[in-house]
Amino acid sequence: MKNFLRILSLVIVFLATPLSSHAAEKVEYLKTDWSFKGLFGKFDRGALQRGYQVYTEVCASCHSMKYLSYRNLSEKGGPEFTEQQAKAIAASFDVTDGPNSDGEMFTRPGKLSDKFVMPYENVKAAQAANGGAYPPDMSVLVKARGGGVDYIYSLLQGYEDPPVGITLDEGVHYNKYMYGNKIKMSNPLSDGLIEYSDGTNATVEQMSKDVTTFLMWTAEPHLETRHQMGFKAIVYLIILTILVYFSMKRIWSRVETKV
Amino acid sequence: MSDHEYTPTSKAGKWFNDRLPLLTLANHLTDYPTPKNLNYWWTFGGILTFCLITQIVTGLTLAMHYIAHADMAFESVEHIMRDVNYGWLIRYIHANGASMFFLAVYIHIFRSLFYGSYKAPREIIWIIGIIIYLLMMAAAFMGYVLPWGQMSFWGATVITNLFSAIPLVGEGIVTWLWGGYSVDNPTLTRFFTLHYLIPFLILGLVVLHIWALHVPGNNNPVGIDVKKPSKDTVPFHPYIVIKDTFALLMFMIVFAFFVFYTPNILGHADNYIEANPLVTPAHIVPEWYLLPFYAILRSVPDKLLGVIAMLSAILILAALPWLDTSKIRSAVFRPLYKQFYWILVADVLILGYVGAMPAEGLYLLVARVATAYYFLHFLVILPVLGLKEKTLPIPLSITEPILGGTANLATARNKESSIK
Repeated sequence: MKNFLRILSLVIVFLATPLSSHAAEKVEYLKTDWSFKGLFGKFDRGALQRGYQVYTEVCASCHSMKYLSYRNLSEKGGPEFTEQQAKAIAASFDVTDGPNSDGEMFTRPGKLSDKFVMPYENVKAAQAANGGAYPPDMSVLVKARGGGVDYIYSLLQGYEDPPVGITLDEGVHYNKYMYGNKIKMSNPLSDGLIEYSDGTNATVEQMSKDVTTFLMWTAEPHLETRHQMGFKAIVYLIILTILVYFSMKRIWSRVETKV
Repeated sequence: MSDHEYTPTSKAGKWFNDRLPLLTLANHLTDYPTPKNLNYWWTFGGILTFCLITQIVTGLTLAMHYIAHADMAFESVEHIMRDVNYGWLIRYIHANGASMFFLAVYIHIFRSLFYGSYKAPREIIWIIGIIIYLLMMAAAFMGYVLPWGQMSFWGATVITNLFSAIPLVGEGIVTWLWGGYSVDNPTLTRFFTLHYLIPFLILGLVVLHIWALHVPGNNNPVGIDVKKPSKDTVPFHPYIVIKDTFALLMFMIVFAFFVFYTPNILGHADNYIEANPLVTPAHIVPEWYLLPFYAILRSVPDKLLGVIAMLSAILILAALPWLDTSKIRSAVFRPLYKQFYWILVADVLILGYVGAMPAEGLYLLVARVATAYYFLHFLVILPVLGLKEKTLPIPLSITEPILGGTANLATARNKESSIK
């Protein structure tokens, strides 16, 4: 048994090394405390609500969020706006619906069941408006980048003047955390860019943290349930394992072999 | 399985059993004499059965919500993750379950290599196992294509393109596999169909695998033939059942940790980007469990020879019962083989590591040396070792090594109690 565990743990450590070294890559990302990490990690409700404000006032003019619905904003485990607030948010957007009985498309105020309204009609329109680059959909963005939340958080604060010797084309910006350092998106954040409705000071760092928290939620809307259920499941399994262990010892005590 | 007669006690049971001997089968499975010295490396057979059933059950549930269409597959997976009740849980169990399945199967295979479980009279069990392993790789590969992310699409492109290496008909075969001139909707729908079919083929082969096992019975850490039933065996129930349950629960704790706390660590971030035929990812990497073979493929400069090397690396295992010429099964009594065994383990782990790295410079060199050694192990070292190696004396029964040198059970028991 001892031998068995020793060999198994060695192999697992070996297998885990390339994985972790892969994630770290070359650049050291900026670090911050994420409330959603760890065994009991939960979202900071205030950060989610502020993050939504950053998304909708800054990012949403170019980046779509096509897998989310307005109803998600009031669901448990998310920003938890009240249903009234979520309805008001939805109603502030114009949604194209139809065709009606005359065969015409029409616009109406958004409802809770609507998906987030997209900034562009299609990918081509998005590219045309952004110098050929498609601003990626943000629904699962943090899961679609190797560095995850740390990468997005760093990227938002990574705009710099290019080092000497690097020339940038028209409409290309320098970002020290971007893969290849060249990014089409201009620096989206600046201190005091928006006015937080809860009065928090809107520094670049604060907005980066809030919007990244929000993006973590949009990518993993059931993260809180997952953590809570995981803890219960693992505690249950450990207790059951201990009970089964003693039953096993008892049963095997009838034969003179160790288990 | 006709090694013992069984008569049900009830009249109805007897009536049924005379027509379909299911009760005899159940009795055989409960009484099945198992060597009592099996260690925890032997619990992975049961764990693998659990993995297969978990994959089938979660897979069926996912198939109820998934849409196999190039324009809708990615979205339907997000629908499962967001809106289906506990869809995230089912999908994460299925996705991580594949990795757990391979982790368990590698332990199971390497256990067999250490204790010589593939040797006579268990060659058929071993070969069925290799076929199961091949089918698992096919199922896993096609399953990875279904979410229709970037790695799905480009992984499918790279792997199906391997067939183009076949002279003359290669290009035609690739077009036939794709159902068109590139990986597209027809490829996705056929992969979905096959991904659904293969697990049931595996299930059938697992029944044969266990059936073939129950003819000679289990090998054991000492690797000697065991009289059944005897002092050296215990009935499968309750002894092995409880031990397998204990090991399975420990396995499930690790499994649960992945599912609930790091569900995406074993996957690739690029697979959360919807498939785009116009953008190629910087590095196309298969899932971790295919990396050693990917390294072998890339270590050969010629495409056709690379494909042949990769396939041979798997198929050579089927010839193992005849390549290993030693009559002694367990590595415990083969001091030299034991060392070469651990070198092979290290070799395969190194292959897996370089498989994840770009094929250039030092990585490529290491991959070539490790590939050469892999084949050297099976084609040269094993046949020669069996003829030359000086093995340790093997015990006459299982009871002997455990109780310290005497075959006489009564004396041994007295000895033990006098020590206490």
